[in-house]
Amino acid sequence: MARNGGVAWMRTTEKIDGYDLSTSDTEEVHVLAVDDSLVDRKVIERLLRISSCKVTAVDSGRRALQYLGLDEEIQKKETNGFDPFFYCDFQGLKVDLIITDYCMPGMTGYELLKKVKESSAFREIPVVIMSSENVIARIDRCLEEGAEDFIVKPVKLSDVKRIIDYTTTELREGELREGARAKRRGINKRKQREGDDDLSSSPPSTLSSSTSSSPSSSIQSATAPSSPSTLDSPTRRLKMTSSE
Amino acid sequence: MDFVNQLQRKFIDYSSSLHREGIVDDQFTQLRKLEDENSPHFVMEVASLFFEDCEKLINNMAIALEQKQGVDFKQIDECIHQLKGSSSSIGALRVKNACIAFRSFSDGQNREGCLRCLQQLSHEYSLLKNKLQTLFRLEKQIVAAGGSIPRVH
Repeated sequence: MARNGGVAWMRTTEKIDGYDLSTSDTEEVHVLAVDDSLVDRKVIERLLRISSCKVTAVDSGRRALQYLGLDEEIQKKETNGFDPFFYCDFQGLKVDLIITDYCMPGMTGYELLKKVKESSAFREIPVVIMSSENVIARIDRCLEEGAEDFIVKPVKLSDVKRIIDYTTTELREGELREGARAKRRGINKRKQREGDDDLSSSPPSTLSSSTSSSPSSSIQSATAPSSPSTLDSPTRRLKMTSSE
Repeated sequence: MDFVNQLQRKFIDYSSSLHREGIVDDQFTQLRKLEDENSPHFVMEVASLFFEDCEKLINNMAIALEQKQGVDFKQIDECIHQLKGSSSSIGALRVKNACIAFRSFSDGQNREGCLRCLQQLSHEYSLLKNKLQTLFRLEKQIVAAGGSIPRVH
């Protein structure tokens, strides 16, 4: 499959360029799951693990923000000169995807979505909303605010697989684009850090040919949009039109 | 080996009856599919979390409905919402439907109606718990006898 071939090529490039292009330490997508229901957290955790993801599950929007390092209280303390490393327990691995319940006490999933999209550091993280209510107005509001997708509960394995598939595709394509952009700028992080001269020997044509092939690989994978056009998901359309 | 087969047969039949009677729905089957050698009792584990959740919420609603000074229907509604959510996630169909019926009485702030619904809900919960515990006992017996849990559907 073209997509797998693209991934293999990308890994080789990582070695040649010495860029730290990986979003986390392994190939796995790291998902932050947010749900106040213990039963639902257990289910979503299992669904994600079976889909080969790393999962961090928290029970509130507030804890999700703390994990990301976006919690206002912590930020206040940091600007007052507190040692941020003291609070590093709250924060963890880089998050590739956030999947959150809509109806939660305190901060709703919608409010969490807004806070994430307002943050310059985290607005690129795709956010998926889950809800037991199949309400068009609610779905539209979330999509307008920048949600990547909207799943009607109960969540099934096919829902999770679909989301992980296109998150993985977008991550890879994002990294390829980032690599191509950096190459064109002539920026070489490793060169700056270690004074290594080998990197100019990588032919730029290899990089640009793979960049042009990546849109076709995303077309082959029917469920993976190459840009976050959130309305294209066929499953969401089906869920939107089917009654509860 | 014949003993294990018998147990497995019993398990399959009992499992099918739960679906036929509408005690559980397709979501329960979806959760079964998430079980493997690493997580062979996943459904049992989720179910026991659900039982705890259910008991707590039913209890809270009973207390709320007893309040002489006035019933907090907002709290009742919140409990119903939570219970509907988790019963849906585990595939407990009749409990979920009991919640849906309950909601209309809670919306109407009808205390008598709510009391009847709570009774119905408790009944459905007890039924579910007894039947699932029977199923899980079979599950444990199969594993103890060295067999594997049949994957239904």
